[in-house]
Parts: sequence; C-alpha cells; structure tokens
Amino acid sequence: MGKTIVEKIFSAHANKDVRANDIVVAEIDRMMAHDGNGPLAIDIFYQLGGERLAVPEKTFFVLDHYIPCPNEDVARIHAIIRNFVKKMSCVLFDAQGICHQIMMEKAGIQPGHLVVGSDSHTTTYGALNAFSTGVGSTDFAAAMLTGQLWFLVPETIEVQITGKLRPGVMGKDLVLHLAAVLKADGATYQVLEFKGEAVKALSMDERITMANMAVEMGAKAGIFEFDEKTAAWYAHNGLTVEKDGVTADSDAVYAGKIEIDASALEPMIAKPHAVDNVSPIGKMPDTPINQASLGSCTNGRISDLATAAAILKGKKINKDVRMYVTPASRAIYQEAMQKGYLNTLTEAGAVIIPPSCGWCIGVCNGIPGDDDKVISTANRNFKGRMGNRYAEIYLASPATVAASAIYGRITDPRNLL
Amino acid sequence: MRGQVHKLGDDINTDYIISGKNKRDTFDPREMVKHLFEDIDPTLAMRIKCGDILVAGNNFGCGSSREAAPQVIKAAGVRAVLAKSFARIFFRNGINIGLPLLICDTGGIEEGDVLEIDLENGIIQNITRNRQITFRKLPAVMADIFQEGGLVNYLRKNQGFVV
Ligand code: SF4
Repeated sequence: MGKTIVEKIFSAHANKDVRANDIVVAEIDRMMAHDGNGPLAIDIFYQLGGERLAVPEKTFFVLDHYIPCPNEDVARIHAIIRNFVKKMSCVLFDAQGICHQIMMEKAGIQPGHLVVGSDSHTTTYGALNAFSTGVGSTDFAAAMLTGQLWFLVPETIEVQITGKLRPGVMGKDLVLHLAAVLKADGATYQVLEFKGEAVKALSMDERITMANMAVEMGAKAGIFEFDEKTAAWYAHNGLTVEKDGVTADSDAVYAGKIEIDASALEPMIAKPHAVDNVSPIGKMPDTPINQASLGSCTNGRISDLATAAAILKGKKINKDVRMYVTPASRAIYQEAMQKGYLNTLTEAGAVIIPPSCGWCIGVCNGIPGDDDKVISTANRNFKGRMGNRYAEIYLASPATVAASAIYGRITDPRNLL
Repeated sequence: MRGQVHKLGDDINTDYIISGKNKRDTFDPREMVKHLFEDIDPTLAMRIKCGDILVAGNNFGCGSSREAAPQVIKAAGVRAVLAKSFARIFFRNGINIGLPLLICDTGGIEEGDVLEIDLENGIIQNITRNRQITFRKLPAVMADIFQEGGLVNYLRKNQGFVV
C-alpha cells in the first residue's frame, strides 16, 4: 500500500514507517513565530524552564503584524522579541515583510521539510512541497525547547483540477471555488493534495495563494508536487534546492477526492462574513465599494502586483475609492519598484503601504470606516477582521480588486482585458 | 462541574472570540476578557459569569492560530466548551492550556440550560431538560496533556513527548 506526500514526510521525520491516523513525535525543520503570537510563546518558553533553544539557527521570529509600530505598547512587545532573539541567537526578520513570504525567501525551506509557525496560514509553504502547519503559542514554545512536536498524521484529500483557467481567472478564484465546495470545515484535520493539468499550469505565485488558503477549509496543510516551476521559483529567488521533491505513490490511499474543471470557472467573490460564502462574479448584485486592498500573504506577490498594474495602467481609480497596496516583502517591493508597477499604481491613485500585515488583520495601515464595503485580496472576511465590525469585506483576486477600484463597484476583470 | 449555558452557532472563528485589534497591545488574557466575542455580540462578555459553559455547533475556533482565543475564554471563567466539532489548532491550544473542550451532540442544548459535566466518565447531564449525553474521548497523548492540566505541566514532568 503506497503513501501520500504527507505520510512520506512524516515517516521521514518520525524515523519510522507511519500512516494516516498514527500519532508521532516528529523533528521540526523550521519554526516561525511573529509579533502577533510570538511574545506569548516566549513567556511560555520561560514557564517551561527554557534556557536555550533546541535549534537556534532554525528558529525564526518575524515582526510583520504591527509594522510600522503603531504605539508604545506594541513597541514594548516588539522589544520582547528583539531581546529574546539576541539572547537565544536565533534569527529575526524585523520589518522586512509578511512572515510567510519572508520565510519562503530567506529561511531555507526545502521540499519535504516539516515546518510549524505560530500562524494558521503557515500552510503557505505547501506550495514548495513542504508540510507546514500552524500551531499555537504553547506548542510553539514546546517546539523551541525540544525541537519536536507530536502530530496526528493527517489523512489526505486528493484535489484533481483539470482543464485550464480562462484569461482573467486566477488561482485565487480557484481556491475560493474550492472553499465553496468544501465549506469552512470540509477538510478539518486533513491535507489537500493539489494535482492535475490545471495545477501544473498554475504559476508559483498562484500555488502559494492556494496553499495559503487551505486552512480556510480547516485543512492542516495544502500541498503541491515539486516540478520544474518549483525549481524555477527557487532559482529566481537565488535559492538552492537541497532535497528532492516528495511525490505520492500511485497506490496511495486517500480519504476523498474532489474534481474541479478549471475551464468552467469565472472570477469568484467571497461575500461577507465568511470565506465559504462564495458567488461567481456574474451572479453578484451591483455592489459599490469604498476601499480596495491589494496585498497580504495571500496575494501580495510580484505577479499579483503586475496583474493589478496592467489593469490600472493609464487609468484612475474611482473618486469614491481608496486603494491600499501592500507588497508582501521588501524584495517584492523592490522588484515592483524596478519594474514600474508601484509607479503605475501610484499614478492611478493607490497608496503604497510598507510590507506588513496591517489592514489584513485590522491593526494598522488602512482600517475601514462604518458601513464601508471593502474589496480585498486577503484570505479572511470575518466581521471585524479589518478592525471595524460595521464594515463589509469581499474577497477576490488581484485582477478583480484592480478592476473594481476603477469602477467603484465590484467589476468583472474580464471586461477590461 | 455545573454551569449555565451560553449558546453559539457554527463556525465561530478565533477573530470572533478575540479580534486582532483587541489582542494587539497586550498578551495578558485578563486584559482582553472585556472584548470576548465583541464583534458578534458586544454584551456577551458582560453576561458570562465564572463557572458558565459555552455550547456551539460545528467548527468552533476556526481561523487563526491565536492561543489568546482559548486563553481569554478561560480567563473569563468559562469552565468548558462543548461543540459538535472544533477546528484543529484551537482544539490543540485549548487542551494545551487545560481548557475542557468536549465534542458531543450539542443540538438539544439551549441557552440558559444548566449542565452538570462529569469529565471523568464522559457524561453531560442536562439538568434543565433532564437529558444525558456523552462526549468523545481524547486521543491518548491529548488525554495525558489534559490530565496534567496542560502542556506546560506535562513537559515539565515528562521532559519531552511520550507517545
Ligand atoms: S497578511 Fe494577514 S493572513 Fe497573512 S500573516 Fe499577516 S495577518 Fe495573517
């Protein structure tokens, strides 16, 4: 009986032959905590009697949620992390970008790795063929202390995506459609393994978007096979691939299978206040918007900015709309600057925000007002998510957000292609 | 333990339990208690008394990995959370801090009901409705962690994970 990708990864990290539903203690390859949940993990690390980290060079802290720092209380919280990192000789990325993007660019994550992060969207690195998942602060403290954690080896759902996405339809639309199919708890405790010709055709940035949102269906991870596009992504980022990709056996056992025809999809919108409350754009009523937010760990990468810039080139955003653009990392910011995207977006009327979480989690840099309708490329639209429970959040692709900013209402980007 | 029920629906996410903005300036759960469930029911935090029980539908605690969510529930004095199902990170976090999270059929429980919970034997007695339900047992490693009152005590005792 063959194995799924994650059964192989867990077997390698638990040093024995394991299957779905086994409970194992596994070695962690990389661990990441950010300013949102890291300080509590540090506090618990000391409660555990911690004096030194199990693997300092594989322990990463990222300051990204509250950047630039909005007040003195947060400044104190940031100082706790900076001091801990110095004392423990681990790695800090201070105001360089959103944790998941920075981890992929700089933490040496390899295919087949086992990664945990103090953030639910740690699933993102599944696009690199790693098993990565979110944990709470106590588990993170335990991982810092021991270099290990216990896991229930998850079952896997096979997601076969055939056909080809049509122009103007992006990986984001595909994953929103999947959320509509699976609902918010359709993959709880399970892993989504993405396969099929449409998946092979997706850009790495789109795969990253999809792995990022796997957790919105409750999944423990969302994982892709390693292929020439993954290899090219490593090369483009000046990174080396040290490990072979992990593939599932042809006779691997899956807990379920979902089939999607990518050719049939149109741009999708997740309506307030749930990610699985999805409508194809053609079925949306006329929806005026006041804010367009482009960025986040879901869609703040270079091709997302390129897509928006192509749509907004030579145009102006609607006078009733404010548009915030947040590149996901410093490297992306610089590349977008060099390629002229930031100039194009600024000329169109957008405000460029330094790489950070900010508006995505409603803590700084672009909180909406009462009764505002926001169209956003982020991954969550819960009531209050952006810091105001009287605002409504619609989630969409970068193309749809850019098109909607021009017209001041939710707009099908295919009308502008 | 005996307590009164506050009933919640499906898919109560961790943002609804404690929002990002209300956990930004502190990581002390006692300071966040007044904001518990603020975005879905601004007066609920005031109505929750020490010893009360939360009862929800499917997928309680979905969304972010913030451990502040179970911490603030515990700091508010809630003794146990019952749900048809829990999101996985919240489930681990709750058990890791010794908060009883009980998977059971919550369909017949109503707002204001008084429940008597027997953690030892896995039985929930609905005193108000004179009905009894059972809850699912934890997997072995989680049961051990819970037994110790949480992962901090467990690790101090075992010096590592024992499975
Ligand atoms: S950008 Fe949003 S979803 Fe991503 S890590 Fe930051 S707060 Fe979380």
